[in-house]
Amino acid sequence: MERPELPATLQATSTQSPTAVSSRDVLAAAWAIFKKDLRTELRTRYAINAMVLFAACTAVMVSIGTTFIGLRRTEEFLLIQSSLLWVALLFAAITGLSRGFVHEEEARTLAALRLAAPPVAVYLGKFLLNLALLALLSIVTSVLFIVFVRIEVGTPLAFIALVAAGGLCLSAGTTILAAIIAKASFKSAIFAVLAFPLLVPPLIIAIQGTAIALDTSGFAAALPALQFLVAYSVVTFVASLMLFRFVWEA
Amino acid sequence: MRGRFCTTKRTKAGSLPEPWTSRVSPRLCYNRPVEIRLTVEGVAAGYGARSVFADVSLEVCAGETLVVSGHNGSGKSTFLRLLAGLQRPDAGQIAYVLGGAAFDPRDAGHLIGWVAPDLMLYRDLTARENLRFFADVRRISRTEAEIEALLERLGLGGRADDLLAAYSSGMAQRLRYAYALLHRPLALLLDEPTVTLDERGAGVVDAVIAEQRRHGLVVIATNDPRELRYGDLVLNFGG
Repeated sequence: MERPELPATLQATSTQSPTAVSSRDVLAAAWAIFKKDLRTELRTRYAINAMVLFAACTAVMVSIGTTFIGLRRTEEFLLIQSSLLWVALLFAAITGLSRGFVHEEEARTLAALRLAAPPVAVYLGKFLLNLALLALLSIVTSVLFIVFVRIEVGTPLAFIALVAAGGLCLSAGTTILAAIIAKASFKSAIFAVLAFPLLVPPLIIAIQGTAIALDTSGFAAALPALQFLVAYSVVTFVASLMLFRFVWEA
Repeated sequence: MRGRFCTTKRTKAGSLPEPWTSRVSPRLCYNRPVEIRLTVEGVAAGYGARSVFADVSLEVCAGETLVVSGHNGSGKSTFLRLLAGLQRPDAGQIAYVLGGAAFDPRDAGHLIGWVAPDLMLYRDLTARENLRFFADVRRISRTEAEIEALLERLGLGGRADDLLAAYSSGMAQRLRYAYALLHRPLALLLDEPTVTLDERGAGVVDAVIAEQRRHGLVVIATNDPRELRYGDLVLNFGG
């Protein structure tokens, strides 16, 4: 049988360095993974549709339920509004944020990615996607709550900072959890069970902080909650980076 | 250039049934252009309580091809997954030795090209987007012309911008080769290399293997007797 001649691209020897991957290469690989996932998401819109639909349904149902209550704008009322906002954000996030790893597992593309990418780059890439999705979700949900539930934001800067910091916590937590549950059966149920202990502490603080931000107490009153959320995000993020390789190669 | 001395070991029978054969006696490998070597020492693998194989020891030098044969379920694909670092052995050690440094397969992704029926690429991306993505992730510089040439030679010319979801199984197999060869690996691991390929596709595989032997090593897992011809060494898992 005649053998076709191979092109030049196949004829050279490997030029890859066998040395350890530099942090610059890791960041570049993470960015490539983020771009790939974002492109795929924009084509399929699986996570975006699920999350936005969930947030919209929740906002509409909450608005219908609370219209007839007629509560005065007390501290408890603000706490209820804040709780409802974060419940919507949490469950919408759980609906969509596990998609990154679960889809790779279901489509059986994990092996190709494992051979090509450093583990840390995979975590960072998926984390960036979750962060972007959660930023979109936070904006959509906040606007929906302002329009339908008629929440009034007393300290806008504190509100934005708290929603962003809470979103950071959710992203860091859900990314590592999604990697853990990707190979499990009953993924959704396990995801919710594992997410509970990891996400409840920052959620409690986020709810209390957001209630303060809805009031007109000023930015300084919300600062302790903000500091806690940022610290929790950093700890979760760093721990996830250190542990991810074991999860990825399990 | 000083000659390199490398003896390829016979496979050891260990606790496994016959036949375990090496078609070539212990040999010498001289003056290989790129000195990559695969060493497998006492490797065992299994699933739960079921042992698939045990005590496998061998060595493959640059320029050589190891063919792993055996019936369905004998452990060929598992063996290749161990070599690719996608699975850990229950016992033993595997290393790629290059320039005096030994790499665990899990850290040798830059040295390994892997083609297997269970290797899936992204169906929601085009072939070009897939290859561009893996080039970016691997931090290798590939021009559009190089990607185009690779796809052309593998018989996918003109289909670079089609989504993988629209590819036939044979085209998907060809794209797996593009994925595996994109970073010019020194070790090419092929599980069922010609599965789903037509005659022309099999010819391309012939050429890929011949070229790979010139600058690296090849390991092939197959139960097709015709593909035994590729092997300098044959590791038979039975059947």
